[in-house]
Amino acid sequence: MSILINRNTRVLVQGITGRQGTFHTRAMLDYGTKVVGGVSPGKGGQDCQGVPVYDTVREAVEQTGANASVIFVPARFAADAVLEAVEAEVELCVCITEGIPVHDMIRVKQALKDSKTVLVGPNSPGVIVPDEGKMGIIPGNICQKGHVGIVSRSGTLTYEAIYQLTACGIGQSAAIGIGGDSIRGMTFVDALERFHLDDDTHAAVLIGEIGGAEEEKAAEWISAHPDFPVFFTISGRTAPPEKRMGHAGAIIQGGRGNAKEKIDALEQAGAVYVQTVDRIGKAVQERQ
Amino acid sequence: MKVHEYQAKEILQKCGIAIPEQIVAFSPAEARAAADHFPNGCVVKAQVHSGGRGKAGGVVICSSPEEAERAADALIGRKLVTRQSGPEGLVVPAVLLTEKVDIDRELYLALAIDTVRAEVVIIASPNGGMEIEEVAAKHPEQIVQIHPGRSLAGADVRVLADKCGLDETQRVKLRDILSALLDYMREKDATLIEINPLGIVRGQLMALDARMTFDENALFRHPELKELEDLTQIDPLERRAREIGLEYVRLDGDIACLVNGAGLAMATMDLIHGYGGKPANFLDVGGGTSAEKITAAFELLMDDPRIKSIFVNIFGGIVRCDLVAEGLVQALRKTGLSVPLVVRLRGTCEAEGRAILDRAGLVRVTEDLTEAARMAISCAGGSR
Repeated sequence: MSILINRNTRVLVQGITGRQGTFHTRAMLDYGTKVVGGVSPGKGGQDCQGVPVYDTVREAVEQTGANASVIFVPARFAADAVLEAVEAEVELCVCITEGIPVHDMIRVKQALKDSKTVLVGPNSPGVIVPDEGKMGIIPGNICQKGHVGIVSRSGTLTYEAIYQLTACGIGQSAAIGIGGDSIRGMTFVDALERFHLDDDTHAAVLIGEIGGAEEEKAAEWISAHPDFPVFFTISGRTAPPEKRMGHAGAIIQGGRGNAKEKIDALEQAGAVYVQTVDRIGKAVQERQ
Repeated sequence: MKVHEYQAKEILQKCGIAIPEQIVAFSPAEARAAADHFPNGCVVKAQVHSGGRGKAGGVVICSSPEEAERAADALIGRKLVTRQSGPEGLVVPAVLLTEKVDIDRELYLALAIDTVRAEVVIIASPNGGMEIEEVAAKHPEQIVQIHPGRSLAGADVRVLADKCGLDETQRVKLRDILSALLDYMREKDATLIEINPLGIVRGQLMALDARMTFDENALFRHPELKELEDLTQIDPLERRAREIGLEYVRLDGDIACLVNGAGLAMATMDLIHGYGGKPANFLDVGGGTSAEKITAAFELLMDDPRIKSIFVNIFGGIVRCDLVAEGLVQALRKTGLSVPLVVRLRGTCEAEGRAILDRAGLVRVTEDLTEAARMAISCAGGSR
């Protein structure tokens, strides 16, 4: 069993003819991912990295049988790109784009309800399942197949965690970057659920940060699943408070959002706190 | 993007919300002339992008044009330090003169984004005039929140009106205000509209102070909003960083940080703190960066006179380490190096990147994150 993607996942690249889209299509193909098509409005009929390009997601799905898409479209068009994937009933949509307007994401979240699509991101580094495939920009060469799942709000810290685990001889079952935006698709809890249901995943590393309330929700899940080991870090412990949150935003989340409350909630739930990010690999190694 | 009170109130007025008569003044002479329009006296309010102005001395009640001129003279061009402005304060570019009004009651009203539910939320309280966080801590039962979804329901307005003790006429007015603000918020990509206090003046609802924030990622479709931006309210280094396309936040330490990715940048700050050092800044060079951007970022850090060492921490995914190294070498050629530089490069093209740095022969390079952090701290004079 593998998480979110496997060797048979048929991937579309939305925004394939852009600089990032082209570069990472090559990297995904080189990693062995089945990239079956690309979408770039007005460029249908062309080829990119040996992959056929279509004008719309629907057409690409019909022609290639794609069941997943990864989005490299510029921010101002990215919400529409996600909506197009949802309408074409793509099962998994991974959005790499950063900087999508908040009100656009509110529309996207409405459309995702009752849809067949699982969204990862936006502002995500993507998903990688070692030796199976990758969607997004996570460097494949640092990964090693194994039994630890990684879920993170930060791209670079995802790489950091993978790298350290591999250096300690600990492989990964999957790494999921859920993205750094405040409104996003997949949550920590969704990812933990998938790790827990997967026979090949024996523990998880959760990389959280200040803002929002998802780490607290994850803590509730962890205390309800005491058999499943979770290691975690929270970044932004030393960030100045007035720089991080809008005035009324703090209230909606019921005074939640600072690092200390997140750390306390996760520790009380039984997760293992890794105080500084340079210790992730060692912390997991010590408990194996 | 934040706007000033006077700008926010002009917008509210266009949305059909009553505001006290107001004139903005950019000099003491203008303030004096403006005060002539208020024979019964006026309130002179410093215009800065921060709350807590009253407690910081930024709001002065004046009974004559001379007093208004003096108040403006004491405020304009000076820095106002509020509870939210940071220790360095914010420069006051202008003052707002408003008529004095007799206030019966002060309410709180805000429209914000509930990121957990991915919806707009309306927040109201009969307890206006103080910060909503304070109300939430002391009297959480006095706050009501509703999620209007696509359209505002009459029943929801009634809940808000009842909580705030409004009469029938005021409730109808509140409904009009809310639907106008909801439309405005969606049309202009506002992320916060806060009216605090929303006064009841001679029985009418009136916005006595207001704050608005707009989504910077959506400004491309609202060029008219861009004109409301006041660059005096942003730290000069932060402003320069933004022009280059970098995320930069000034902090109070002496170890400059250049990092890719917001998460790693925050974690790097935490790491430096964890080993006893103090970061001078948060700096995320972002994904898909170029050598030119790295050079510009490096020059920006070097222009901060407080720094004692520089810590470059890169884990390349979308960012290529060789381009980072190129950018660093170019920057060093241009500016020279006045403080020790520690570089840690990992990820895409790391071997090429390290080779470039080795050839330049100027910097301390290590792959180990712990060692790199400790090195940056000891170069800055050790932990304290």
